Amino acid sequence: MNLEKEVSIVLGGAAGQGIQTIEESLTKILKLSGYNVFATKEYMSRVRGGINTTEIVISSEKQRSFLKRIDLLVTFKKGVLNHLKDRISENTIILGEKENIDEEFINNKNIIDIPIQEISKNIGNVLFSNTVGSGIILGIFDCDLELFNKYLEDKFSKKGKEIVDKNIEAAEKGYELGKKILKDLDLSLNIKKNEKINNEIILSGTEAVALGAAKAGCNFVSFYPMTPSTGVSTFLATHSKDLGIIVEQVEDEISAINMAIGAGYAGARSLVTTSGGGFSLMCEAVSLSGMTETPVVIYLAQRPGPSTGLPTRTAQGDLELALYSGHGEFPKIIYAPGKIEEAHKISQIAFNMADKYQVPVFVLSDEYLADTYYNLSDNELETLKKENNVVKTSLDYKRYELNENIVSKRGIPEYGEGIVLACGNEHDEFGDITEDIDLINKMTEKRNKKLDLIKKEAIEPEFIGNETYKNLIVSWGSTFYLIKDALEKLNLKDTAFLHFNQVYPISDSAEKYLKNAEKVINIELNYTGQLGKLLKREFGIEMNDSILKYDGRVFAVEEIIEKIEKVLRE
Amino acid sequence: MENSLFQRTEKLDISWCPGCGNFAIKASLSNALTELNLKPENVAIISGIGQAGKMPHYIKVNGFHTLHGRAIPAATAVKATNPNLTVIAEGGDGDMYAEGGNHLIHAIRRNPNITVLIHNNQIYGLTKGQASPTTLISTKTPTQPWGVFEEPLNPIALAISLNASFVARTFSGNLEKTKEIIIKAINHKGLSIVDIFHPCPSFNKLNTLQWYKENTYFLEDHDVTNRKKAFEKSLETEKYPLGIFYTCEKPVFEEVVPPYISEKTPIWKREPNLEKIEEIINLKRS
Ligand SMILES: Cc1ncc(C[n+]2csc(CCOP(=O)(O)OP(=O)(O)O)c2C)c(N)n1
Ligand code: SF4
Repeated sequence: MNLEKEVSIVLGGAAGQGIQTIEESLTKILKLSGYNVFATKEYMSRVRGGINTTEIVISSEKQRSFLKRIDLLVTFKKGVLNHLKDRISENTIILGEKENIDEEFINNKNIIDIPIQEISKNIGNVLFSNTVGSGIILGIFDCDLELFNKYLEDKFSKKGKEIVDKNIEAAEKGYELGKKILKDLDLSLNIKKNEKINNEIILSGTEAVALGAAKAGCNFVSFYPMTPSTGVSTFLATHSKDLGIIVEQVEDEISAINMAIGAGYAGARSLVTTSGGGFSLMCEAVSLSGMTETPVVIYLAQRPGPSTGLPTRTAQGDLELALYSGHGEFPKIIYAPGKIEEAHKISQIAFNMADKYQVPVFVLSDEYLADTYYNLSDNELETLKKENNVVKTSLDYKRYELNENIVSKRGIPEYGEGIVLACGNEHDEFGDITEDIDLINKMTEKRNKKLDLIKKEAIEPEFIGNETYKNLIVSWGSTFYLIKDALEKLNLKDTAFLHFNQVYPISDSAEKYLKNAEKVINIELNYTGQLGKLLKREFGIEMNDSILKYDGRVFAVEEIIEKIEKVLRE
Repeated sequence: MENSLFQRTEKLDISWCPGCGNFAIKASLSNALTELNLKPENVAIISGIGQAGKMPHYIKVNGFHTLHGRAIPAATAVKATNPNLTVIAEGGDGDMYAEGGNHLIHAIRRNPNITVLIHNNQIYGLTKGQASPTTLISTKTPTQPWGVFEEPLNPIALAISLNASFVARTFSGNLEKTKEIIIKAINHKGLSIVDIFHPCPSFNKLNTLQWYKENTYFLEDHDVTNRKKAFEKSLETEKYPLGIFYTCEKPVFEEVVPPYISEKTPIWKREPNLEKIEEIINLKRS
């Protein structure tokens, strides 16, 4: 059997069985061995049991999207194969013990019985199964066992020499078994290792956002835990001392965002992390940020709703929630990074723009982007300059001064001699409450005019394809690579791709791309086609077709290929 | 008399009703700030919504007039961002005990070094006379025409039960005592809660200036460190005790959060530590 260029490995088991541990160790060691790796998981909202799976793709060229196809499947639990039956083909090689194989699959010719439990028990404990499992994969892919041993040593050294030794023994046994499988199956692997990759950086979408925020000088984070957003706060909390960032878990989301806005008033660069339901609770304060012109960055990691929906699944259903959040009229900025490297860059831009325009800024992510990781080269991780717009105040300082600049200078308490009065009621230039008609008009205009300036700085959508196209696929957020890869495989000469990394305000440059197309097709992970509706609102352009998915699962490349072909055939 | 340093010099359109206790609270507060030798630019009043919430507009200090019920989270963050500021969170009883009740409870746990002044007129003023969490049973209001039946919240007992760091109650009618209590509250390290009874001549016809005079008394010879005794006192309603009920020392939020443990520079002044970030990124190579 041939495995060329890219291999999709899926590991499945119950929550609490350690699939995540394997995922972590494997991606690291495979990368250190010189393979490009991509990993993403799907899991249930429970701490034990159920079925969770992780896909790891190893490739010669960088491959950064979820594949439906499974080349190698390792099952740690009965039920996994049934759970994945749509993804299992006659070419899928299944590794697992008899008791972990569902009846339907018992006669599958590609099943290889691997005695993971037996090996583990012989070493002393079934708990070593994870290490044996990882060892098998590393054996099959001819990785350096020493790297794995070193990893185990680092990881378990705190638990004592015996645990380290037993894990190393488990790794070796697994590794040998992997080599044997490779031989027995007569597998021919054709995935190139590349030395340069050893030194690359593996980041998840979550980590990329957190590190971007840190680079931008984020120093205040308040949040209430909600999957899939919590990871960013957890990551920053872990490093809060080193990085000088206050990370506080507060009583509720309302408190979280009001704290962040308070911190912004006092001069912090503040961030709140949340997901759908939590963000719903924050909407009044988004409006406070808009009215008082106090910067705040909101990391909104989407999951399927309404209500508590599907806590651990993915969706792009909250674009409109963010867009229309907050009562009254005021500008805001909504970014929707499509890639991990872009999530890193955009979270820096978000802080600079919030600071510059004194508005709420969103980084819209989702479970898929948050939980996906892959290796990146150094030049894919940009560091932007932290732009600082706070001014030292004079005695006659007015927080909301009306002048030709539209954006009034932001002073903060104790920096200069002036008094800084921010106010959520309609206010005069100083910040005092007003009902004056002339002032009401001027202040409303001042706030809303910022949108024109912001629009000029909007990130242009990314265009991929020939200038002469008939069909234009449009998308936003985390589906970027999925669609890009699908289109590459389809190799259609007349179909181009326009991807939005900023969904509000939308750069005017989008218009010509849209107008040039005979057929515009939006691809989104929601039911109503929210980007499509927004493009209609902004440019008067109707979507000719929509490819929408709303079952809580991300698109697979194969699925997009199928759907695009179908739409284009019609 | 109100001191001038914190007086706004321009003509102000003050929206408080004539005879309202808010004026007296404002005077006590400015006098307290003066006696504390503070400068306007070193103080920030973070207020909620309501008549009481308008305080930052009538006194010359930094201010942030936020949302109904949300002054405490915002004030907590202001203090943590710049611990050099003297931070006061201010609002009415509806603001702090109803809409913001949850935040008050958790601020007690978090214990930032801020002073919370609650203008307790036992009614909603700005929205015209609905019952608040401290309105007394049987009080009839336009929205409770058959009389309030809910047990009033006892903020003093609540705060003491949660081991709040500083718990006091005063009455706006006594400017001197109110000023003294505010001074002690600001000087106290940790969260200080000061419930301030004050008449609302427009909407509260029961708890008038006279009523407060007759139904309150200042504590004397009270040991503020005795929590049990303080709690006992907080339960008295025959006549409501005034004064400082309870104080204790506890770790202060903005001193124990990691960025301030070894480094005192206010976080707003710090630049991102790119070297450290690079180190963290480098860990992701191996
Ligand atoms: C979220 C929200 N809900 C309701 C209101 C309306 N509102 C404004 S002030 C207020 C209550 C005022 O009472 P209190 O807090 O006791 O202050 P007072 O006016 O008596 O000083 C209410 C309910 C609001 N501004 N925001
Ligand atoms: S409504 Fe009551 S509390 Fe408010 S200003 Fe008037 S008198 Fe004072």
